Amino acid sequence: MAFALTPEREQQVDEILTRYPERRAALLPVLWLCQRQNGWISPEVAEYVSKRLELSTAVIKGVVTFYTMFFDEPVGENVVWVCRTLSCDLRGGKAIQDHLEKKLGCAAGHTSADGKFTLLKAECLAACGQAPMVQINDYYYENLNVQQLDRILDAHAAKGGEAAAAEFSSCASFGAPRGSNGGAVTSAPPPPTKEAVRVASRPPPDSTGDES
Amino acid sequence: MSKPLLTSRYGVEESWKLANAERAGAYEVARQALTARKPAELREEVKKANLRGRGGAGFPAGVKWGFLNPEEGERIYLVINADESEPGTFKDRSIMDLDPHRLVEGAIISCFAIDAHVAYIYVRGELAFSVNRLEEAIAEARQAGYLGERPFGIDHPIDVHVHAGAGAYICGEETALLNSLEGRRGEPRLKPPFPAVKGAFGMPTIVNNVETIASVPDIIEMGGDAWSALGRLPGDGGVRIYGVSGHVNNPGLFEAPVGITMRELIDDYAGGVLDGRPLKAVIPGGSSTPVLDPQRKVDAPNEDHPLHKWHGQSEIDVPMGVDTYRALGTMLGTCCAIVMDDTVNMVEACRNLMRFYKHESCGQCTPCREGTGWLVDVLDGLCNGRGKPEDVDLLVDISNNMMGNTICAFADGTAMPMLGMVQKFRQEFMDAAVHGLPDDVRHDASVRSSVEGVA
Repeated sequence: MAFALTPEREQQVDEILTRYPERRAALLPVLWLCQRQNGWISPEVAEYVSKRLELSTAVIKGVVTFYTMFFDEPVGENVVWVCRTLSCDLRGGKAIQDHLEKKLGCAAGHTSADGKFTLLKAECLAACGQAPMVQINDYYYENLNVQQLDRILDAHAAKGGEAAAAEFSSCASFGAPRGSNGGAVTSAPPPPTKEAVRVASRPPPDSTGDES
Repeated sequence: MSKPLLTSRYGVEESWKLANAERAGAYEVARQALTARKPAELREEVKKANLRGRGGAGFPAGVKWGFLNPEEGERIYLVINADESEPGTFKDRSIMDLDPHRLVEGAIISCFAIDAHVAYIYVRGELAFSVNRLEEAIAEARQAGYLGERPFGIDHPIDVHVHAGAGAYICGEETALLNSLEGRRGEPRLKPPFPAVKGAFGMPTIVNNVETIASVPDIIEMGGDAWSALGRLPGDGGVRIYGVSGHVNNPGLFEAPVGITMRELIDDYAGGVLDGRPLKAVIPGGSSTPVLDPQRKVDAPNEDHPLHKWHGQSEIDVPMGVDTYRALGTMLGTCCAIVMDDTVNMVEACRNLMRFYKHESCGQCTPCREGTGWLVDVLDGLCNGRGKPEDVDLLVDISNNMMGNTICAFADGTAMPMLGMVQKFRQEFMDAAVHGLPDDVRHDASVRSSVEGVA
């Protein structure tokens, strides 16, 4: 069946086109709109984008396959990216991945049997100071331990991704875990979170100290 | 160093909203700059500031701006690189999430200074949250009349757009970024022409890092000389945001002058090595910067050596600057350090990073596409007990054949840290070649029980 964007998203495409001097530059933003609606870039989506942006489907396929975040096959309802690059691995990234595989019953690169979660290994997600971390859909969950991870996944299953993010995602507070049971435990001091923000704007400890 | 500058609004309640940011001083400098200053004056201040690019290469931003020389009818673009992906680096995200108006204000002043009318902020696709924060901030600034046809009432239209990437480390390379902005695969372009001559959409383009642009309002407010003097090193001015991750007690971000030492950063800012364990190694500024070994001493007996002042001191006691670190045989990079305690096996750590490069090579150039994979194969052999002593020199050989033989700096950024690892921890590689690694070797031995919740 032919793919079409919703009228609201169609309007967004029109607006996006005004941002660039060339039509082709809208390709990434338009692919994002399509993937948000359809879940993945199916051949029908590629066909639609091809017509809308006057590009060949070969060009679109070349672009889609270059970037890790565009899916050229269907994925689960939620996509979990677990960061395994060095900073996260130094703080337990492997333990987090092992736990996810056990809990979801599938290895990285696969989708859970109920179709709820696709688990993928990620390369560095720019959250190194709040390691270990995972990204679920659009949101970061940082300073994790396995108990916290369980709470987050359970909230996804029970209430859906947006509600889980509202309760647990650290995005809005740059690393600060949220929710009543929010404190992730590491053998390090309390997760940096709000403190990190203060630390970040604190004068160096060896200065005269009159500012803090 | 007294008051924080770049991070001064991080602690403000809902600092990302225009009203709150403005109460804390946002857009005052832009208003003054656009209504009362001339673009050439502003460029001169940035030049005097000795602002070394904050994205990793450390090129002087003022000099880069000076490369612009548009021909008749060409329009200039400003592109802000927010593709923060260098392993270990997480500073730009804090600016976008906690003070997006500082970046927008910097973009407005910079556009005016370089005679650009459009700025694109290229944000890595994973940072959907930051994309939204920036889009909201831009909408507020437009509504307030700071962007649009007549920003602050002057006749110099400026608009800022956010462009989300979709997952590709290489798009942090400026010409790959431009291709991605234009809707193409993020493959780096052959240079010359450099972006300042032929960049976005074939037009003269300046590509600057987020933190670089976010520094511009302070530079214009204080004056380039005064801002430069905040730093402790000649030709490398101001303050910057340092990050520390890995095995420290207090990982996070810290604003400090240019020129503090790695020892200060780890011990005084980041609370020291986790649980007081010995420091084994530190990767100073993102994974492409060769590792530092605290046991190694600076060898600069010659009086005219740039590091002579630190002769005989530990590598981590040299002030962190673009030029000092280059003289030390590494790079300052993004100033976000990855700290490793004595439990870490360097061969395994190296394998982790080389897997990253293998995954992220765009594949255009043979030495990089094949070299990154080959390095991982050799390291896998060493780790799995299938290695032989000659493999250690093979790692060096592969690296040397990657460097300088590709379109962009990615291959060098892979080969340099690889060479640094072998040079500084050769014995560990030789041990692995003979014995392999124990089956249970992992990086997180020192934190594992707390992450897994086992006593």
